[in-house]
Amino acid sequence: MIPAPFDYRRAASVDEAVSLLTEHGDEAKLLAGGHSLLPLMKLRLAQPTVLIDIGPVSDLSYIRDDGGTVRIGAMTRHHDVAFSDLVREQIPLLAEVAGQIGDPQVRHRGTIGGSIAHGDPASDLPAVLLSLRGTLVARGPGGEREIAADDFFRGFLETALAPDEVLTEIRLPAVPGVGWAFEKFARRAHDWAIVGVTAVLSNGSVGPGVGLVNMGSAPLRAAGVEEALRSGSGAGDAAARAADGTEPPDDLNASPEFRRHLAEVLVRRALESAGA
Amino acid sequence: MTATETPPAAGAGAAGEDGGGVVGQRMLRKEDARLLTGEGRYVDDLQIPGALWMGMVRSPFAHARIGSIDASDALAMPGVRAVFTGDDLADEWAAAMPCAWPVTDDMKAPDHWPVARGKACYVGDIVAVVVAESRYQAADAVDAVVVDYDPLDPAVDLEDAASDRVVIHDDLGTNKSYTWTLSPDPDAVDRAFAQAVHTVSERYVQQRLIPVAMETRGVAVVPGVYGGDVTVYSATQIPHILKVMIAATCGVPEQKLRVVAPSVGGAFGSKLDVYAEELIAVALARRLGTPTRWTEGRSENSVATIQGRGQVQHMELAADGDGRVTAVRARLTADMGAYMQLVTPGIPLLGAFLYHGVYDVPAYHFECTGVFTNCTPTDAYRGAGRPEATYALERAMDSLARTVGVDGAEIRRRNYIAPDKFPYESVAGLTYDSGNYEPTLDRALELVGYDDLRAEQQRRRGAGERKHLGVGISTYVEMCGLAPSRVLASLKYAAGGWEAATVSVLPTGKVQVVSGATPHGQGHETSWSQIVADRLGVDPADIEVLHSDTALSPHGMDTYGSRSLPVGGVAVAMAADEVIAKARTIAAHQLEASEDDLELVGGDLRVKGTPTRSMTLQEVAFEAFSAHDLPDGTDPVLTAQVTFDPPNFVFPFGTHVAVVEVDEDTGEVDLLDYAAVDDCGPQVNPMIVEGQIHGGIVQGVAQALWEEAVYDADGTLRNPSLIDYCVPSAAELPSFKLDHTVTPSPTNLLGVKGIGEAGTIGSAPTVINAIVDALAPLGVTDVAMPAHPERVWTAIQEAQGR
Amino acid sequence: MEITLSVNGVERSSDVEPRRLLVHHLRDDLGLTGTNVGCDTTSCGACTVLLDGESVKSCTVLAVQADGHEITTIEGLAATAGVAAGELHPMQRAFHENHGLQCGFCTPGMVMAAVSMLDENPHPSEEQVRLGLEGNLCRCTGYHNIVKAVLAAAGEEVSA
Repeated sequence: MIPAPFDYRRAASVDEAVSLLTEHGDEAKLLAGGHSLLPLMKLRLAQPTVLIDIGPVSDLSYIRDDGGTVRIGAMTRHHDVAFSDLVREQIPLLAEVAGQIGDPQVRHRGTIGGSIAHGDPASDLPAVLLSLRGTLVARGPGGEREIAADDFFRGFLETALAPDEVLTEIRLPAVPGVGWAFEKFARRAHDWAIVGVTAVLSNGSVGPGVGLVNMGSAPLRAAGVEEALRSGSGAGDAAARAADGTEPPDDLNASPEFRRHLAEVLVRRALESAGA
Repeated sequence: MTATETPPAAGAGAAGEDGGGVVGQRMLRKEDARLLTGEGRYVDDLQIPGALWMGMVRSPFAHARIGSIDASDALAMPGVRAVFTGDDLADEWAAAMPCAWPVTDDMKAPDHWPVARGKACYVGDIVAVVVAESRYQAADAVDAVVVDYDPLDPAVDLEDAASDRVVIHDDLGTNKSYTWTLSPDPDAVDRAFAQAVHTVSERYVQQRLIPVAMETRGVAVVPGVYGGDVTVYSATQIPHILKVMIAATCGVPEQKLRVVAPSVGGAFGSKLDVYAEELIAVALARRLGTPTRWTEGRSENSVATIQGRGQVQHMELAADGDGRVTAVRARLTADMGAYMQLVTPGIPLLGAFLYHGVYDVPAYHFECTGVFTNCTPTDAYRGAGRPEATYALERAMDSLARTVGVDGAEIRRRNYIAPDKFPYESVAGLTYDSGNYEPTLDRALELVGYDDLRAEQQRRRGAGERKHLGVGISTYVEMCGLAPSRVLASLKYAAGGWEAATVSVLPTGKVQVVSGATPHGQGHETSWSQIVADRLGVDPADIEVLHSDTALSPHGMDTYGSRSLPVGGVAVAMAADEVIAKARTIAAHQLEASEDDLELVGGDLRVKGTPTRSMTLQEVAFEAFSAHDLPDGTDPVLTAQVTFDPPNFVFPFGTHVAVVEVDEDTGEVDLLDYAAVDDCGPQVNPMIVEGQIHGGIVQGVAQALWEEAVYDADGTLRNPSLIDYCVPSAAELPSFKLDHTVTPSPTNLLGVKGIGEAGTIGSAPTVINAIVDALAPLGVTDVAMPAHPERVWTAIQEAQGR
Repeated sequence: MEITLSVNGVERSSDVEPRRLLVHHLRDDLGLTGTNVGCDTTSCGACTVLLDGESVKSCTVLAVQADGHEITTIEGLAATAGVAAGELHPMQRAFHENHGLQCGFCTPGMVMAAVSMLDENPHPSEEQVRLGLEGNLCRCTGYHNIVKAVLAAAGEEVSA
């Protein structure tokens, strides 16, 4: 319940955060909404010696229409993403997913950047990112760089962010009117998904994107499903490939075999619902 | 709703002869204002200057020899005052931790010390205690104590433990603690099975449950250093029993001991116990001469507080060609856990008499073997033995229905004890006080629209739909109002089942009620005020109910087993009646009338026929207090203390119906509707009754669908946190359809029965019966609890031969 | 570290360890014990308070993160809503009138979550109320009367 002691620094700007990260190296973690990090610290599963609080950074909370791309500041809260008119119109999948993360209290604090940077395969937002083939923007001591979603998730709680980088922005294509669906299969409404599926159909220029939640040690896309869709398969046939290349976890909620089965069912339902 | 033929007991609201009493009203609770505004005072809220905080070092092994304990790092940390091991505290104990129910003469139980010595026997067993100046420092210090363990093979699975492959307590030589049998006529049982046209033989598992009261446990002990007095604040539901046990175990002179249960945030039986941490706090507070306190963490609570259920049940029914049950044979193996806590061995036996429930069964056999395992000790959890009995019976009855070829409602109708048979002498040796079961079934089916549901079910089946509709029924009876003390004696339970109450009219006419009951959400302050208000003709707002503090309420047997109203509330009513009798004596003297000529109407004692000749109760109270003109031998205090030892248990009953939708492709179960028609006799406060039923239902539904304490082969609890131990939220549940019948109990003057556990007793089998009903066409006949999606889906695959 | 929070309309300054959880700061340092701790995994919601008017779980906020912000606890709910002294906030009153509490331990968090919910969605359906309380666990009431209370506070017709 009580975190181990740590030193606390505040950053009022991204650059300040970067220089603090550079100063403290591996010992430091960024604190944004705190709803991925603090629960781990309270169970003493994470014991960073320095926390860098970027709560005071005021210019990372925004949602902007950039003509075909929606740009979201990393510190934007899940609640604000879910209720944003712009997101609801342009990327309704994202609004739906953000609105189902945790519970209302969690959504008032948790941030889109914090959740994505955490790199948890059981989180829903990474699957959205993969479905939409989004781009992450990070700033480090060497300046700013863009990272494609497909290059971002490396392993369990491991992303492409360097220890001295701050995730600043998430960029997603606007897909108004494109068929989409989100299937989240969970024990209770506020639980993490046992298996989740995010689906966006092809919009003509960008191919279909299907992301999987909790089907591996890292967030991943249902590549087999996407390939089947691209070659003209219907929802059922495409869904049969849902578990291709996945190594679903074995835990209290489900065995790998059941997860594979669920993935197929949920992908089919998602594709049918999206209009495939 | 419909009352049955028997009129309500004369006692209820008798004083209100002019009609219109407060008993029976949905009076809003007096408890609410402080709880709604943050003024509740739970143990962790208490501000105790100078208090030291304890932290418990707990074994991470289910079975291990304890080697060296190195506290040097911990002792060097800021604020850490001391670290104690089991050996350090060995001399603190006048006796080992108590078990109040040695169920058989040959029951085997290990010595149980508050801090383990030599061996840890479950994950969570305390091996050392740190004491520090703040809760944060205590938490840090716990992590810094280094304990050398020599892990041993644990016995985790119940049936493996029963085989004695690994014996847990060396001095016992076996893990089998006892076998308890109730078998009035074994030959009759054998004959019934030999001659049966239909039989049912099934195995059920009652999974371990974590009670999860929202407030974890906590204790704060304040020692009077020079006076030797000891005040214990504990999140307990048994301050009176705890006081006796602390005196016995810690050697504190009982007259120096005060135990207070401040606001308590739920209990459900998990705080009906004497816990190591309470005893350690007493010992250390006295040893250190400083207030000493501890608050349990949530994941800690999951291993450190007792768990519920934990049984493997073999249930058999014999029946004739019409499906009338001719015999029941129930055999249990019950998981004690690593040690006996206060009532551990007796919990399964509280259901022993009820494996035939509401059905008129002539032959009966029950046996239970208690077995130790290297897991958290089990003990009372809402229903305590009776949900388990009802589950086995109501599941078996549905199986019987399928075997006979009738539906669940019909099989029950054929077997209910007829209403004209009450008081009913059961084959198990109980006398059911009153009952009328079939109307509860009729009404519950009506509430869910049973015929329409069956029609919809048929339509879906005909259309080959993959979301299956199911309806499940359970009718239960339970025995509560624990308990007639002589019956407890015959069962070898160490304590009695009486309750105490004192009612006083103060000199200014206000009323004080002191009750031995110890509420933790049940609203006794409100209900007792209603009872006394009607009897004395006083405004409920002028009544104060004192409880849960042995200094204010010295006598009592506390709250559990749905006993508070049928035992404690009855005692309150009796005490009020005695106060009236005393007031009558004084008023008769002062009004120069005979006592028989006086009537109490609306708080006035008046001479019948001459209403102007009267005294208010307030005037009588002040006359008593001033004692200027009292009849000889009359006390100058208008007060009465009463104890009530009930002559029998009371037997509330009801029928619950659940409607579920099962997704064939994912195994997901959606609870669409739930109706409960319950009968606890006359209801003092229907609003409170309904609230108890709502909460009770959810805990049983949760056992059916979501909850299970999952142990791995090493004896580690895999889901100690609320992330993985799935207590449902509002989002998982529907609203409930409740109704009631009123069949009074002839055993007490209020005619009331308990209701606190009934919701939980009726609900788990209702839901599982609904799931099996939904999936019957697929060949599914059983799904184990909790029926989580993979389990349901697997049952479907197996039934379909995949 | 020195922090200043506005708690129930009053500026409170303290010196706290960085790891001090907001819930412990409120309870132990500021004596506002109405907000309760019910779990250790951000699951139960008993610790819910309003931070700048929005419901948050104070067990998963560091006191230092709340520096410079406004906190409303159950003790200050009525007053900060402009209710007369000694009177209950409409949500508290709705819980009272609908028997939405038994032991009371989850109640402060439940009330604060419900207040925040109605603030964002003044006329929820029953289903929305249930979903809106997904972050708050109760073991006593079975939620039936809590849902009734919230619907009543929202001025909806209560049918159950």
